[in-house]
Amino acid sequence: MIGQSTKRREDLRLLRGRGQYVDDLDLPGVASMAVVRSTQPHARILGIDTAEAAAAPGVVGVFTAADLAEINQPWPVHLSNAALRPNEQRTLPVDKVRYVGELVAVVVAETRYQAEDACELVAVDYEPLPGSGHLSVSRDLPVPIHEDLGDNVAAHAVQTTGDVDAALAGAPRVLRETFSINRGGGHSMEGRAVAARYDRALGQFLVWDATQVPHQARALMAELYGVPQDRVRVIAPPDVGGGFGPKAGKYPEEILVPWLAKLLDRPVKFVEDRYEHFVSCTQEHLQLHRVEVAYDDDGMLLGLRDVFEHDTGAYASSLIVPLIAGTTVPGPYRIPALHIEFTSWFTNKVPSSAVRGAGRPQGVFVMERVMDRIADDLGLDPAEVRARNLIPADAFPYPVGLTFRDGSPLTYDSGNYPGLLEKGMAEIDYAGQRERQAQRRREGALRGIGVSVAVEGVGLGPFEGATVRMESTGRVTVVLGAPPQGQGFETTYAQICADALGVDQDTVDVVTGDTGTIAYGVGTFASRVMATAGPATAAGAREVRDKLFRSVAAVLEASPEDLEIRDGAVAVRGTDVAMPLAQAARMSNVGAPGVTMPAGTVAGLTATAYFNPASAGYSSSVQICVVEVDAETGEVEIVDWVVGHDCGTVINPLLVEGQVLGGVAHGLSNALYEESLYTDEGVPVTTSFLDYPIPSARELPRIRLYDQQTPSPLNPLGVKGAGEAGTLGVPAVIVSAVEDALRPHGVRIDTCPLSPGLLGDLISDAQTDAQNEARTEARTDTAATAGI
Amino acid sequence: MTTSTTTHTIDLTVNGIPRQVTVEPRTLLADTLRTQLRLTGTHLGCEHGVCGACTVLVDGEPARSCLLFTVSLVGRSVETVESLEEPGGRLNPLQQSFQDHHGLQCGFCTPGILMSLTALLRDEPHPDEGRVRDQVQGHICRCTGYQQLVDAALAVSDEDAEVAP
Ligand code: FES
Ligand code: FES
Repeated sequence: MIGQSTKRREDLRLLRGRGQYVDDLDLPGVASMAVVRSTQPHARILGIDTAEAAAAPGVVGVFTAADLAEINQPWPVHLSNAALRPNEQRTLPVDKVRYVGELVAVVVAETRYQAEDACELVAVDYEPLPGSGHLSVSRDLPVPIHEDLGDNVAAHAVQTTGDVDAALAGAPRVLRETFSINRGGGHSMEGRAVAARYDRALGQFLVWDATQVPHQARALMAELYGVPQDRVRVIAPPDVGGGFGPKAGKYPEEILVPWLAKLLDRPVKFVEDRYEHFVSCTQEHLQLHRVEVAYDDDGMLLGLRDVFEHDTGAYASSLIVPLIAGTTVPGPYRIPALHIEFTSWFTNKVPSSAVRGAGRPQGVFVMERVMDRIADDLGLDPAEVRARNLIPADAFPYPVGLTFRDGSPLTYDSGNYPGLLEKGMAEIDYAGQRERQAQRRREGALRGIGVSVAVEGVGLGPFEGATVRMESTGRVTVVLGAPPQGQGFETTYAQICADALGVDQDTVDVVTGDTGTIAYGVGTFASRVMATAGPATAAGAREVRDKLFRSVAAVLEASPEDLEIRDGAVAVRGTDVAMPLAQAARMSNVGAPGVTMPAGTVAGLTATAYFNPASAGYSSSVQICVVEVDAETGEVEIVDWVVGHDCGTVINPLLVEGQVLGGVAHGLSNALYEESLYTDEGVPVTTSFLDYPIPSARELPRIRLYDQQTPSPLNPLGVKGAGEAGTLGVPAVIVSAVEDALRPHGVRIDTCPLSPGLLGDLISDAQTDAQNEARTEARTDTAATAGI
Repeated sequence: MTTSTTTHTIDLTVNGIPRQVTVEPRTLLADTLRTQLRLTGTHLGCEHGVCGACTVLVDGEPARSCLLFTVSLVGRSVETVESLEEPGGRLNPLQQSFQDHHGLQCGFCTPGILMSLTALLRDEPHPDEGRVRDQVQGHICRCTGYQQLVDAALAVSDEDAEVAP
């Protein structure tokens, strides 16, 4: 039932090693596809020689753009935006490669070992061009990455509200800062994976795809194959080993595997390995923000201008990440005038797209650095500066004055930011922590306390749907278009359905992510499914309940209002007159062939409901973290950490806790550990977990959670989203805490991630500066005494 | 030379059952388990020995099956996640505790972690939080942040096990 920490039913198979991830599927006769990837960041393809590979043991076929011209037309634009310049992407590049890792040719062989062996025999003749591994290099690249565009600008967009120039000109105080933040990949533990067979009897491609967006994948495949959508059935298996954003992208391998299965008349599969995940799965790259902030002597914000640059990699199919980053900047604060502007640059890197947070961590980082700087400037406590500027609890719905990435006005639906912050300060004993910090400083320790407050656009449209069916077994089936990647949909949507229908949740089965079972769907991303599929499930269940009651009432000669569901039957309240659910379902769903149904009964105990929210909703979070920094090694030790989260009504507290804790871990990894590095020319240098650390249970501290529930008015369940909540405030809170810890050294931190090496450098630079200053002062003093 | 065609037939024990497999010298244990023996509970997350997803027990000790050549396992005993459940498919106490504490999300890393913890709990039935974290530090889990799976292991270790504040 809603609000109950129901244990997950998925676990029963996963814990016994009986999950069915794509690579586990039993597909007799399946051949393996392996990929020849570009070794060049930027180069013309002069020729590809596949002869030797084609003759290698076990090889079934080798395919290049020339072999597959039929399906190699340019991809349709994924999410068009007037600001986004058209940049052509095809399944197989025809004339040039634009990043190391780009798919150039594929080999299909009996085994993966053989397919990989043969890939090494494919000879690609390249004419290298100068490449760009940094947006600053892209500015002057002699040959643009998309040559028809004339330069490397992918997009430029501006949004404003109020008069920022006037605010900056007239403000008592103005700060100008530059912040940079680099994130990394999704690194779901299961890589991308797709398997397919072509069913000749049905004339249908059957595709098992570890994707977050099966209906979108179907649409792209059908379009490129030139077939109606119902000739492609995409199934995102119930077991997908994590998604985190990148699996919401579309990839050439997804197009090739089903097509080759048809061409070769046998099942084909592709499973990405970790190296391929590093070089060919979308990730987030650098953003560089130049911020000007106007405020008064009390620290009240008057206006903010953020002009930033975004590295979008080699192709841009949408502006999701920079749009979200920019509109996340204002966060929970009242800012009368805003100017948000970005330029998105093509670079010779794997394309950038959403990774858990999708631009939000960057936006929060920028705003929270600003709040810390204002506090510093005015000698105020950082929590106090935040508290003063928070949007009050009675100001909702609160229009920020910008447009969110869903196309609707950036208007916060509900929340209580002051309440969430106060609760967090009480939870960690903020005043006590400041005293202990002073004490530890006297003892010589570098202890700091960081605060971050964040608002998160969630529950994005357009819609999600659910079909609810009362089966002839008396059990209930819920069919969702959106697939899970570990979130526990089979459990939570059973809870929602059971609650609305009035049955035991253990009698509800949930089917997900199969385009063959529900006509339309959008997918799992942007913390959106609960706020769309949740209300759809409840609405479908209520409709089935209504049909069931009307039907049974007609037969039992009772009024529907007098019925209830009790012990697997529809019963007349207060009596033992009842009809088992199975019987009711058979009556409505099967009937007696050729025989008229009893008067008043309803045919088909099923309902399909779609829910399209009026706009995105807005979750919020507060993080307060206490750290100690080792000045020698640059190591950051986390002493205490509280995270508070408000995602409206909570369906399953245990699972939401899991989402938040996992999100925090991802954020900490972004803040202190992982960073994708490239040479200036665009050669990736971090391509294994050996040079790209992800923290283990040793590095992850214990995190204390608290919650607040401010229901959303945007849907009948009052739910928002929780999937990314933990992540977005973490880079901000960690840098805030570390900078606070290093305050005695005068260290300023404008960048994230903070590797131990970088921190060590910042500390030793600050120490050198201090020594130089001391020396200069000493000299001045000497000079003064000497009477010079 | 990138391909090897010679094969070897070897005997080993997998989950208590004697098995005979024919493999190339380069065939990795993970692939033998998954492909030939259809024991797909052992997962591959990195194939370079870092993530721990492929962890199985070899003669009782945790080992990364993505780094072991099957030919090196003549006469050895391998245990995989499929061996953990109790009769009738019921969860064993560690598995049950993982469910109770929501110690897994996508479940991809979980079999490897269960195998490492199984080895620990056999040697040391009552590990404290530090020991549990040390034992699983060779595993990457991208979903959970580890806290709930550490709690799951601690609950099996001892109901009174000390949980650091
Ligand atoms: S797959 Fe073996 S350690 Fe990652
Ligand atoms: S549960 Fe998904 S990686 Fe651990």
